[in-house]
Amino acid sequence: MENGLVIPAIVAVTLLTVGIGFWGLRLARTTSDFLVASRAVSPTWNAAAIGGEYLSAASFLGVAGLILKYGVDVLWYPVGFAAGYLALLLFVAAPLRRSGAFTLPDFCELRLGSRRLRILATAFVIFIGWLYLVPQLQGAGLTLATVTGSAYPVGAVLVAVVVTANVALGGMRAITFVQAFQYWLKLTALAVPAIFLALQWQADARPAVTPPDGPTFRTAISVVVEHPATLTFPDGEVRGVRAGETVVFQAGDPVPEVAGVTIDAADWLLPSTAGADDRGLFATYSLILATFLGTMGLPHVLVRFYTNPDGAAARRTTLVVLALVGVFYLLPTIYGVLGRIYTPQLLVTGQTDAVVVLLPEAALGHGTTGRLLAALVAAGAFAAFLSTSSGLLTSVAGVISTDVLGRGSVRGFRLATVIAGVVPAILALNVSGLDVSQVVGLAFAVAASSFCPLLVLGIWWRGLTDLGAAAGVLVGGGAAIAAVLVTVVGPPLHGWPATLVAQPAAWTVPLAFAVTVLVSAASRRRVPADVGATMLRLHAPDTLRL
Amino acid sequence: MLAEVSRREDRHERTRAELAEQTRVGEALVRGLVRAQLALALRLSLVVLIGLGGLPWLFAIAPAVGRVTVLGVKLPWLLLGVASFPFLIGVGWAYVRLAERNEQDFTDLVQRPER
Repeated sequence: MENGLVIPAIVAVTLLTVGIGFWGLRLARTTSDFLVASRAVSPTWNAAAIGGEYLSAASFLGVAGLILKYGVDVLWYPVGFAAGYLALLLFVAAPLRRSGAFTLPDFCELRLGSRRLRILATAFVIFIGWLYLVPQLQGAGLTLATVTGSAYPVGAVLVAVVVTANVALGGMRAITFVQAFQYWLKLTALAVPAIFLALQWQADARPAVTPPDGPTFRTAISVVVEHPATLTFPDGEVRGVRAGETVVFQAGDPVPEVAGVTIDAADWLLPSTAGADDRGLFATYSLILATFLGTMGLPHVLVRFYTNPDGAAARRTTLVVLALVGVFYLLPTIYGVLGRIYTPQLLVTGQTDAVVVLLPEAALGHGTTGRLLAALVAAGAFAAFLSTSSGLLTSVAGVISTDVLGRGSVRGFRLATVIAGVVPAILALNVSGLDVSQVVGLAFAVAASSFCPLLVLGIWWRGLTDLGAAAGVLVGGGAAIAAVLVTVVGPPLHGWPATLVAQPAAWTVPLAFAVTVLVSAASRRRVPADVGATMLRLHAPDTLRL
Repeated sequence: MLAEVSRREDRHERTRAELAEQTRVGEALVRGLVRAQLALALRLSLVVLIGLGGLPWLFAIAPAVGRVTVLGVKLPWLLLGVASFPFLIGVGWAYVRLAERNEQDFTDLVQRPER
């Protein structure tokens, strides 16, 4: 299953990314150009750039993998990832742009005039940025290992080096062009193979996605087991397999059930029902809350709004982003569903994240079409790693250069980029056992529990004080971070504690809002004297030019 | 004619100054705008909360709804995988229009000639 086209495709994407980066560099003349793209970026370019930056490894690979494994219940991931932009549009976009804040720490200082709150926000921006960068680099390592057989660190280090160099040398203007290009590449890389896959499914006389006797293998295949597991065959035979063991299946053989991985066809096809599992419903609502409200708190999303000329443009840009992202999220479902038919072996190995990369050749065969489409998908996956890590790195580096190093110069920004890139690279090399989609979900939960209350209350409520904001971020964000740490390094939990820790947003977000409001109300005398002027600046229409 | 223009400019300047200097009139105007925009955002959030947020609950209490098949596809797959995205975009589009109308009303109020 060696495909000689995959490596050239990945190299081409990387070179194009760097090439467009340098093209942008030639255009960037002054420091102001360099850092905020002169605000001369058109709304369509800017929207495509925001979309390109946002659609990460979790969107490109993870969503389809989750759908293959869990079915209809995880469709809330793509819906929530898109709906996050609606929440951003309704509550944050225009006022944030009018505030003139470039980063979240800037917003804290502008709105509440507190240096200490600014430092706290800086710490959270860096934490969320790194928490989100690690799974991107891991995804790159795992994908390159899947499609080319290279060692895991190769992909992770390659992406880290390319992205760090590009951000350090090109700055934000270059990144805007790169990101816009990446959006269209990612959309094409999923859409074109999806059309071929749908046609192939038609040509195969539309095999059932959930046949009454369970999924079967269409071709003979040998599966190498990575982790010890218990396989249950439909005839009732139970067999334990060891790591490294090879299991051979013939065409037409039923797919065995793997304890803890496979769920039965009815659960896959139908939403969770009441009574049987209240925890499922809680987890669903928690996921909805984290994704709907977490997007506005992601550092690389907010930094983009500064490149809009005014508040009205920020609103229109966000609407275009919502449309672009919405179109993209129609596609992963197709891969997840067709994966049940063409790559059922992933249900046995549990490596469902590989479905997008493996499906074209599994369905269309190893002929020229299949190999070309597989190369295209691999290129798209690489675009996803490169673009999201670039955006994250730009914003983390921006915060480090202004708030930690205390310099606004281009050289300071470059130094900060290297610092911001090295740390997650080292982390990614040392923790390879984390689940990509889950870590991304936790980053959303931390963002929703820390920055969402700060932004929403800061923009709409005059009564917010620096003490209230700090308490909300510390308690809500702190609780979410504690949940992340328990999930990643803590002991395995069962029942309700496991659900509350794995999907914390449903209790940490209300907690953060409640603490912020109560502490602000108790420290009413600390409301900034200029809150009226700030509100006017945030909400007065751009045309008045006050 | 020139005098007319300059008088209108004066009034315009005065209202802007009232806003900028946080007089009681200016403060009330801004509070009104913020309240209108927040009410709009909350109303549209409620639409999404009921339209999308109600789905898991609906599927949970009425499993029969989840088993309905439309065009060979189970209803929850169509609602979540396809219909939710145009719905979100539609709500966003409505928000942009209505928010801009609120701002236009505010601008008209501030620049109203007969004050």
